[in-house]
Amino acid sequence: MHIKRRNFLINSSLATAGTLMVPQFLQAMYKQKMPMGTAGNKVLIVIQLSGGNDGLNTVIPIRNDVYYQKRPGLGITKDKATILTDEAGLNPALTAFKTLYDNGELAILNDVGYPNPDRSHFRSMDIWHTASASNEIWNTGWLGRYLDAQCANCSQPTQILELDDVLSLAMKGETNKGIAFQDPSLLFKSSNAPFFKDLTKAHTHHDEPVADYLYKTLADTVQSADMIFKASKMGTAATNYPATGLGKSLKTIGALIAGGMNTSVYYVSLGSFDTHVNQAAQQNRLLTELNGAVEAFVKDMKQQGRFDDVLMMSFSEFGRRVGQNASAGTDHGTANNMFFVGGSLKQKGLLNTMPTLLDLENGDLKYRVDFRNVLATVLENWLGTPSKSILKGSFAPMQFV
Amino acid sequence: MRQQNHFYWRAGFGPTPEMLFQKASFKAGTYFDAFWKASEKLPIPINVSGNVFDGLNNGLMTAGKIQGGEAEQKAQRQQMQKQSRESIRNLNLRWLDEMVNSPAQLREKAALFWHGHFASRNLNSFYQQQLLTIIRDGALGNFADLLRSVSKSAAMLAFLNNQQNRKQQPNENFAREVMELFTLGRGNYSETDIKEAARAFTGWGFNLQGEFVFRKQLHDTGSKTIFGKTGNFDGDDVLNLLLERRETATWIARKMYRFYVNDTPNEQHVSWLANRFYEGDYNIKKLLQDILTSSWFYDEKNMGAIVKSPIVLWTGIRRILPMELANPEIQMVLQRALGQVLLYPPSVAGWPGGTNWIDSSSLLLRMRLPQLVAKAEPFELATPLDDDLNMGMMQKSMGAGLSNRFALNGDIGWEALTKAFENSDGSKLEKIVPMQLLQTAQMPLQTIAEQIPAGLPRQDRIIKAALLTMATPEYQLC
Repeated sequence: MHIKRRNFLINSSLATAGTLMVPQFLQAMYKQKMPMGTAGNKVLIVIQLSGGNDGLNTVIPIRNDVYYQKRPGLGITKDKATILTDEAGLNPALTAFKTLYDNGELAILNDVGYPNPDRSHFRSMDIWHTASASNEIWNTGWLGRYLDAQCANCSQPTQILELDDVLSLAMKGETNKGIAFQDPSLLFKSSNAPFFKDLTKAHTHHDEPVADYLYKTLADTVQSADMIFKASKMGTAATNYPATGLGKSLKTIGALIAGGMNTSVYYVSLGSFDTHVNQAAQQNRLLTELNGAVEAFVKDMKQQGRFDDVLMMSFSEFGRRVGQNASAGTDHGTANNMFFVGGSLKQKGLLNTMPTLLDLENGDLKYRVDFRNVLATVLENWLGTPSKSILKGSFAPMQFV
Repeated sequence: MRQQNHFYWRAGFGPTPEMLFQKASFKAGTYFDAFWKASEKLPIPINVSGNVFDGLNNGLMTAGKIQGGEAEQKAQRQQMQKQSRESIRNLNLRWLDEMVNSPAQLREKAALFWHGHFASRNLNSFYQQQLLTIIRDGALGNFADLLRSVSKSAAMLAFLNNQQNRKQQPNENFAREVMELFTLGRGNYSETDIKEAARAFTGWGFNLQGEFVFRKQLHDTGSKTIFGKTGNFDGDDVLNLLLERRETATWIARKMYRFYVNDTPNEQHVSWLANRFYEGDYNIKKLLQDILTSSWFYDEKNMGAIVKSPIVLWTGIRRILPMELANPEIQMVLQRALGQVLLYPPSVAGWPGGTNWIDSSSLLLRMRLPQLVAKAEPFELATPLDDDLNMGMMQKSMGAGLSNRFALNGDIGWEALTKAFENSDGSKLEKIVPMQLLQTAQMPLQTIAEQIPAGLPRQDRIIKAALLTMATPEYQLC
């Protein structure tokens, strides 16, 4: 006898909540607990360009002969690029970034990296996420440790939200972790199964501390899911966002900001930028997605009057080689550029000079700015927190924010 | 009853329905002997990338020695990489099946431990397969032999860059990880020891067939000083020097304790184990026997104290709910979403484990897992991109942020589970079932019982109770 699973659906208690209405008792509970994200509260949005975005075809050294020699066909010519300065142009897909540049709302930092670069996606991404040196393996992320520092004795996992189904290492701290989700209503539905709520309600204490940790995580998740869902409903975005993955994620973030979430860091990813083959089409598609989503988000923030409180920062685990390969693509490289977008940048435009491409190491760029100085800048000058314990070392902040 | 299942969860991958309920009074020694007997003989190697030709292709790929023009080479390389990725996936899925179905539970569980200890990421499926065979063969043998075999495997030599470790240009990566992670642990060696050991390892490499080769002309024959001893040491000498250190026995014993007993080690127990491990000539079977048959292993504080790794959770579910998976490849997505993919450890340090497995999204997925399997309900899950895996190929047609929509579609053979409870008191089923499936001292018995309407047929009550039990935080622990 083989009993068919369909005859044995679990009873409704395990099924998802039938209604999306926020229960009254929870509404009352969170009225006091939920600090409203008011004007002046700084928000950081990290945009991870996964796969190793080709920085040289993103911010183009339009006057550099080496660039065009090493990239016959793949190099973006001056007439196609969007001109920023005599030296620098933008990838033609990044039209909105040109506007941001003209408005003094964009800063570009070239050749960001770290000593002894690792060309494995996995390792290099972990290095960026943990802010470790390249020969060290850490198990916590820089934003997770920021959360630990903020929340030594409190329970506010909604401080850091990742728009993804799986939480990235960057947001895992020693004792606190961010929350990952794609869609606030799906998160709400799956965490608010009545059985899960009953479990949380009935739970008092476990002798085993690990079990208590699991219950605390569950309770936090149920609570946070409720807050997130509620805020996302309250803050319906006024602007149209493109129907892309990143567009949807930034739209959710825009709604959460409008809905008064206490979140200080949002994290989103876009990819894959691993353009070994026929780079131009793939990178164009992804940068177009980036451009459209950021454009809509900036408009949204301006309408909300919150653009001065927002800083967007993009990074990639590495840049790509200076010379193109035989498949009209590029292979893994080292240092790369970063974008910063916001209404209250202290320094704008190109923060340092374009790479000369004359002083290469095995055909790769040498880093000029350590990414941990950038993280220190964001932590100290934007999030207003000492960076030394978070980065486990002294890295001097820069002045652009 | 809890002691018996405690043994099954820790020594292996949890009980099958047939193993539930104590047949006689629990005697750890008897249970260990039975498990040892089932694991004693060498396992059948998992061959997914078996023939020499595959190995050679893989070797050529690694060495970058492919004929033809650049574009042609690139195309060939991509074809080989695709093949290799598929082979690694098959290796992954077949090993999962072994964990679920093999009677050699003691061996496969120990192999999982060593897989995390001797962690290697390698795109060459042939090398990965070789290393997995070494680990499964040596999992219960002598640690010294295992260390030597792993250290001479192509997978590890490649992963830790020893192929580039030459007399003129020493590369310290291999020497460092051998000391920091495989033997002594941090703090038990100096930077000089590493530098000198790296010189001793110069010339250790592998050929295109994945065989160990000693490249004499690259070896530094000069005198080296390691741990205060001076000599013309080579790699074998360094491994012997490391095995002479008691710190190595302590490091392994503590790591095993954290894997098998409790994430928070009791240093008294660790040092007792380490001494016996050292004096007993690094016999891994004996170390495991010491752990699994000691009285403290069954202390209340050590039961239900370990967070199941995603692999232990999932194989445990498959053991208690025997199922036919319509699409076994989906287990790759599942492993990624839960944060542990066999053969793809996050780094040479293996998986951090413990509460690192748990965050809000992974916990929710874990708790929904039994339901998703039982209902075969399609659900969407976007797993993180792994560009080392995808090599820029997979996502081409898929917009970023798009989800993998999939169903776990496990056709569960419920009769095994319902049969296990056929002699149970029908009025107490709602409590008996969770008590068999959970290992924690406190269990949400009342909450589970409340969800099960009175008057349901016996079988349905068993199934509902099992599914609800497996959807609790307590089920994440063993």
